[in-house]
Amino acid sequence: MTAPMPNEALSTSPAATAARSLDPDARSWLLRLRASGIERERALAELHELLLGAARFALTQRSSQLGREGFDDLAMQAADDALIAVLARLDDYRGESRFTTWAWKFAFYEACVAVRKRRWLGREVPVEDDAWHAFEGEPGPAGRVEQAELLSALKSAVTTALTPHQRRVFVALALNQVPVDVLADRLGTTRGALYKTLHEARNRLRSDLASLGLGPSEWQSDSAAGADLSRTGPGTAA
Amino acid sequence: MIWKRKRAAPASFSGLLGPGRPELSCEECFAVLDRYVELELEETEADARFPGMDAHLEGCPACREEHELLLAYARTQPR
Repeated sequence: MTAPMPNEALSTSPAATAARSLDPDARSWLLRLRASGIERERALAELHELLLGAARFALTQRSSQLGREGFDDLAMQAADDALIAVLARLDDYRGESRFTTWAWKFAFYEACVAVRKRRWLGREVPVEDDAWHAFEGEPGPAGRVEQAELLSALKSAVTTALTPHQRRVFVALALNQVPVDVLADRLGTTRGALYKTLHEARNRLRSDLASLGLGPSEWQSDSAAGADLSRTGPGTAA
Repeated sequence: MIWKRKRAAPASFSGLLGPGRPELSCEECFAVLDRYVELELEETEADARFPGMDAHLEGCPACREEHELLLAYARTQPR
């Protein structure tokens, strides 16, 4: 049985007008979440339940990284944070996907960030580049020589071609595989800003290697400009 | 810069050096993630509709993880 529509459905407000162009389920969600009183409270409770289901799924999938301790609290916190994010971004929803799919992505974002931060709680972000050893060794003598040459050039490029900040970000994110959200937290910045730095570092390294005739020497450029990252916006995703 | 790949670099180095082709930012990836996943569920050309998305998912472990989870979850839900 479909939930009864609040009186706002008859309104000519921009929100009500936009809601009427959506699929029935999405329309119902938006109108109820923008309503007042008991209607809104019920919608919020349903939305929270929807987000909690997604958060639990994410945490279950990542339980090997997390353990069962604090599972329920983490799921609840992720759902709470996702609910706040969804409500703050409600005007961004344009009905180009199902409302549930759109809302779920907030839950997965919050749950994943929570897991990453929980795993790294109390751990220092490694700044050494000892992890280079993981890239050594390739089957076959020809492959080993080629890989060793590439590795040596890459190590040198990280030292000489990058700015100190780019080096720090590259070593942490790419080499030591520190989660971007963890590093963002430690450095007081955002995921987007850090990934942009990593992207720029990668472009510099690729260019440096290409100038030495090393590969990605298998990759040839079509123009003189660097591979682009689309415009980055401020802040995190939620 | 558009890179033509004649032969793939070793997978480990690709992980370090990223996709090497134009990609979305993390914010843009998040903004379109729901639409991208729904196109994937419909087995339509999600990559053609959102150029740069697959490159970003290749280069960004965090966004890739969230995409994989959303896609997996959406597949379990009634449509």
